Amino acid sequence: MGERVHVRTNINGDAADFLCEPRQSLLEALRDILGLTGTKEGCNDGNCGACTVIMDGRILDSCCVLAVEAEGKTITTIEGIAPLDGLHPIQQAFLEEAALQCGICTPGFIVAAKALLDREPDADEARIRHWLAGNLCRCTGYDKIVRAVLKAGEMMKQGPAIGQRAGVLGGKAGGTEAGKSVEDVYMA
Amino acid sequence: MQDFEYVAPTTLAEAIRLMNGNGLRTKALAGGTDVLVQMRGRRFAIDRLVDVKNIPELNELSCTESDGLTVGAAVPCCNIYEDVIIQRLYPGLVDAASLIGGIQIQSRATIGGNLCNSAPSGDTIPALMVQDATCEIAGPNGRRTVPVVLFCTGPGQNVLQRGEILVALRLAAPKANYGSHFLRFIPRNEMDIAVVNVGASVLLDHAKRRIVSAKIALGSVAPTPVLARKAMDFLAGKEATEATIEEAAEAAKSAARPIDDMRGTIKHRVHLVGVLTKRALQGAILRARGEE
Repeated sequence: MGERVHVRTNINGDAADFLCEPRQSLLEALRDILGLTGTKEGCNDGNCGACTVIMDGRILDSCCVLAVEAEGKTITTIEGIAPLDGLHPIQQAFLEEAALQCGICTPGFIVAAKALLDREPDADEARIRHWLAGNLCRCTGYDKIVRAVLKAGEMMKQGPAIGQRAGVLGGKAGGTEAGKSVEDVYMA
Repeated sequence: MQDFEYVAPTTLAEAIRLMNGNGLRTKALAGGTDVLVQMRGRRFAIDRLVDVKNIPELNELSCTESDGLTVGAAVPCCNIYEDVIIQRLYPGLVDAASLIGGIQIQSRATIGGNLCNSAPSGDTIPALMVQDATCEIAGPNGRRTVPVVLFCTGPGQNVLQRGEILVALRLAAPKANYGSHFLRFIPRNEMDIAVVNVGASVLLDHAKRRIVSAKIALGSVAPTPVLARKAMDFLAGKEATEATIEEAAEAAKSAARPIDDMRGTIKHRVHLVGVLTKRALQGAILRARGEE
């Protein structure tokens, strides 16, 4: 085992410090060290986008970033998308449009779509398809996902009440719930 | 992934010392979208990974009409193609930077890394070659400048010596009546490795009718990206007509020495060189005329 490194980040609004080996990816740190298992491992080589997170305002594949590279960075994972009292409009639209089947790609799509709609609330179908080209889905054929993102864009424009969170963020970083190991979380 | 030592120096001198590394196997890390995937796939073994993203010189991105473009080797593609001045002055480079991978990859992947990875299919390399880009390299023996055209020496191989780091790429200020374009053929719309890619640039005369000089670079059709010199020589001094472009596209095919592989056959690739060269020249001429 390599010498472990102390990394300080902010994840989903909370300070999150952790120890990791240099060879561990950000994806591994999120899932195996911090217990944030919403971010999924798909291809583990930057093709599928299942592990998409937002780091300092940019979406990236967390499998292609070392955890040590996250030092000083601000990260949003799928656990940080929903407000405390419900769903983000993108999540709501995914349900309403049945934009998922097996669900493994869904967190990556939702995080990527959020980054797009936050920047470009009026993104059209072509722009959405282009933006999401780095996210692969083998179930839906994409049409339902694109419809959901279009719908979420409309929902986000209509009501700042839905979708705009007020400071406090959901998904806790910095470890799993008290008394639970990472394995418990996996089994749950 | 194997164990290694991770270092993130904040000065170029320190980075060179760490890269030189007293016999350690070292590698520079910029965006990591090639290096980390290759390490995971056991393409090579290293003892020390030198993250170059905290070195100021490697983060420089400056573009002016008078001084041209400097792109630090650690600048991600998204910062290049979102820059409105670069969009206007170097559209051929923007073409290439905006079609590498998806948005997630473009947040990390760098033009410097694309060049240092030295893949025959590297998308930014032909785009840099046709714009006479030069590489600023720093190492234990000081600094040197190498034209991008001479940088790659084979698949995954380049002129960098032990301890050397690519600092930045420099492109001269664009002349009047100059245009560049880049195209790639892949079987999908996005997210694939080039079957063939082609960069083209043209300098037109004052009337914007005659080609003063042209450059064409081909990727994925030889061990390194190559210039189509016969076609370039043919175009110099010719009227920019459809017939001229057709003939140049045909001549460009002779520079291609492709292989058959899972992405395409020799025959398909040579055919694509003709098609893409024609379209890239047409695009470059339109831009030189200010019509696009």
